Amino acid sequence: MSDYRIKGSTGDWEVVVGLEVHAQVVSNAKLFSGAATAFGAEPNSQVSLVDAAMPGMLPVPNRECIRQAVRTGMALDAVINRWSRFDRKNYFYADLPQGYQISQLYHPLVGPGEVEILLDEKDENSTKQIGIERIHVEQDAGKLMHDQHPTMSYVDLNRSGVALMEIVSRPDMSSPAEAGAYLRKLRAILRYVGSCDGNMEEGSMRADVNVSVRKIGGELGTRTETKNVNSVRFVMAVIEHEARRQVDLIEEGGVVAQETRLYDPDKNVTRTLRSKEDAHDYRYFPDPDLLPLELDEAFLEECRASLPELPDAKRKRFEGLGISAYNASVLTAEVETARWFDGLLSSGAEPKQASNWTVAELFGALNRTGKSIDECPISPDEAAELLKLVADGTISGTIAKQVFEIMLETGDAPSKIVEERGLKQTSDTGAIDAEIDKILAANADKVAEYQSGKQQLFGFFVGQTMKAMAGKANPGVVNERLRAKLG
Amino acid sequence: MSELTLKTITELREGFRAGDFSAREIAEAFNAAVAAARSLNAFTVETPDLALAAADVADRDRTTDALKPLSGIPLGIKDLFATEGVDSTSGSNILKGFKPTYDSTVSGNLKKAGAGMLGKLNMDEFAMGSSNETSAYGPVISPWKRNDGGNAALTPGGSSGGSAAAVAAGLAPGVTGTDTGGSIRQPAAFTGISGIKPTYGRCSRWGIVAFASSLDQAGPMARTVRDCAIMLEAMASFDPKDATSLNLPVPQWEAGLSSDLRGKKVGIPKEYRIDGVPAEINAIWDQGIEWLKDAGAEVVEISLPHTKYALPTYYIIAPAEASSNLARYDGVRYGLRELGTRSLDDMYAATRAAGFGAEVKRRIMIGTYVLSAGFYDAYFTKAQKVRTLIKRDFTEAFKQCDLILTPTAPSAAFGLQEKMSDPLAMYLNDVFAVPASLAGLPAMSVPGGLDGQGLPLGIHLIGRELDEQGVLNAGLAIEERAGFNHRPARWW
Repeated sequence: MSDYRIKGSTGDWEVVVGLEVHAQVVSNAKLFSGAATAFGAEPNSQVSLVDAAMPGMLPVPNRECIRQAVRTGMALDAVINRWSRFDRKNYFYADLPQGYQISQLYHPLVGPGEVEILLDEKDENSTKQIGIERIHVEQDAGKLMHDQHPTMSYVDLNRSGVALMEIVSRPDMSSPAEAGAYLRKLRAILRYVGSCDGNMEEGSMRADVNVSVRKIGGELGTRTETKNVNSVRFVMAVIEHEARRQVDLIEEGGVVAQETRLYDPDKNVTRTLRSKEDAHDYRYFPDPDLLPLELDEAFLEECRASLPELPDAKRKRFEGLGISAYNASVLTAEVETARWFDGLLSSGAEPKQASNWTVAELFGALNRTGKSIDECPISPDEAAELLKLVADGTISGTIAKQVFEIMLETGDAPSKIVEERGLKQTSDTGAIDAEIDKILAANADKVAEYQSGKQQLFGFFVGQTMKAMAGKANPGVVNERLRAKLG
Repeated sequence: MSELTLKTITELREGFRAGDFSAREIAEAFNAAVAAARSLNAFTVETPDLALAAADVADRDRTTDALKPLSGIPLGIKDLFATEGVDSTSGSNILKGFKPTYDSTVSGNLKKAGAGMLGKLNMDEFAMGSSNETSAYGPVISPWKRNDGGNAALTPGGSSGGSAAAVAAGLAPGVTGTDTGGSIRQPAAFTGISGIKPTYGRCSRWGIVAFASSLDQAGPMARTVRDCAIMLEAMASFDPKDATSLNLPVPQWEAGLSSDLRGKKVGIPKEYRIDGVPAEINAIWDQGIEWLKDAGAEVVEISLPHTKYALPTYYIIAPAEASSNLARYDGVRYGLRELGTRSLDDMYAATRAAGFGAEVKRRIMIGTYVLSAGFYDAYFTKAQKVRTLIKRDFTEAFKQCDLILTPTAPSAAFGLQEKMSDPLAMYLNDVFAVPASLAGLPAMSVPGGLDGQGLPLGIHLIGRELDEQGVLNAGLAIEERAGFNHRPARWW
């Protein structure tokens, strides 16, 4: 259980959260028409006769959109309904050309499933299951533009008819952090599967946030629904704010109204959009233009076979290779990172060393330069080469950091850098002995102290020797020669 | 009027191919007939140039042996078929001036088959009506008159009233219609012509302005059964753009025509003997039975026990679908726009108030009501269940027979204004037609004879799913025996 509590004047409260996530399906064409779906195109340049609801136009389901939703359901361990059906949700709005949205109320494509989240990413035992109630597919609406004309609004129908998956969770989350973890995990799975690009800024993923509060373990309270929240951070802020607002309201003797609210990120508040009394009667009924969707075994088999290794499985595989739970969790959180790291492993890098280097060195450098893993100037092959140079003693860890910086700057291969700049580690005992002899002679006092028992001075001699060797001496050889000479 | 306009599609095709007359002569003859018959109000748009252009192509093709099935044949197209560049308004003010950039699959198929277009045909607004009186263009006047010496204007039936009147008056040798609950068959019966509604899914609905999607089906109307077969072959197709289109090859119905009904069983549903139906209707029905027996068929009594629920079921399902299908006429993208006073909602209200007629509004309200929270299960869900039972009735009946014979309509054509004030009386017109629509079955009306007032009466045949051939063959058997060659005396 979460220990997230809202402190009230009458005691502690807990929050109950459910999320409805609208995820835009990755597909070249819309759910029921052949029009394109690219983001950022000229207004009304991706609109077919069907999307504009011209007279006599009919929807025909796009197989790829259905396939993506089924694959998503499978990735969430969900029941795939062999028989599902499209319903019309009727309401008038200028961004909805048909006057109804084709959705699935009564018989959704995907039934119950679940998502496992980690409450503490350093602890693989801190898991919690968040239930998925259903996933249905539906059409997106167009977009109104209010800033084009002083008294009129314009309509852009590019988005009209684009396929969305609505992924409805159970009210299983009990803190902003859990909701954040759920959203991030869901996003990661969708991106692994390739069914949604998860880009919340461009609106390809947005959440309706259902929030209620109750006394610890008490009866469920009345929930509010905050619509169209478009970042993980905002979802968490909505929950925090909405829980606080509801507790204050109840403790002041008020009643939480079942209503739809909007989040204003600038002011960090939610406000009423419409109350239950103003709720639409959507008059759902089965769309008579469409036959029920019946999935055969071959189709399901193809969907199943096309699924990639998912985040949890990948994390467990990484841990099995000796990678720490934390590193495994970080390396699998984003599909691009995981793919990059898998590339590193398949280039022959030793897993544990490779994971430490990736999380510390590579991510550090990317953070510093503000780059994503996709923009990483170093390929997994080059990184594997660098790690191999360290592992086989060609260069020291210290030199490796230098080589890495040069790689980032020049894009050169590590062996070339090491070769050209003479950075190879030396195990030449003659050269090392010569430097050690000079250092011992120049520090006769410290040698005497060491020999009279001040053992911690050993590190001092190692440091001086390495410095004199410009970092290129093999530390093992230096240690061994120093011990021999110091007695 | 030219001799040519008296000919059937079959005769025109033969004469044109034989070189007896040119396609241009045919088109000119019908163009002239159309122009001379404006008092019937059968056409909403006349397109003589399109008819001539297609005719010229046909005449050219004839010299190169590149003829298509309907080369040289000009047709009328019901106004709810989208026709590229030509007003397609579904008989409604809300679509006045709407010129699609596309052809419906059916009208496109006819074009590809070489047919020309004489114009767009008047109809009840959005196909909602049984008398063509709900059209924004005003009613179509039937070319038929009662033989009582009076001059009462009669309805050609509806919703394909312009289609029926055009064929009956010799303004077109064949036309397209659509049938949601009798809109091909009842007007065919009222005007002494033939018309067939094929199995749901035979003709693509793509590009046809939707009334009730689960019921709408296009079909031909023409003078003879053979003409209907010729046209239907050209109209039907599997269309990937319509998810309810049947993915089956189109049969060669014309080649399969045979009026020999030996070995066929014809079912007579006892529930169709309805109180209050005029004796002449039952008489023509009985006559039809005798003709089919004469053609070799065996007649059996069958039962369709849920028949009495068909009309109420239809008047829940069809308006429910219509209320949603017509939501797109909102003034935002095409057609009529009335700005209203302030808001978007005002614009919707003003546009739809001005754009829709009374019957359309009535059905939108009925449809909205039966889909509303709290009423949905009691009306819509129950109606869907009854629809299933009605389908089952037919499945059971077709275990005992191959075809079902009934009257097409419970009366002959009535006078304009006679039923407009009583919607329920109007709805009753489709009592025999609606069950086959709900079951998606092929059904046809062929002329049986005239009643005592000199008005045509239709005989109705219902077939098994996909058995258009059986329906056409029985229609042919009746046609041969009825020898119906009456034409309305020209007064227009």
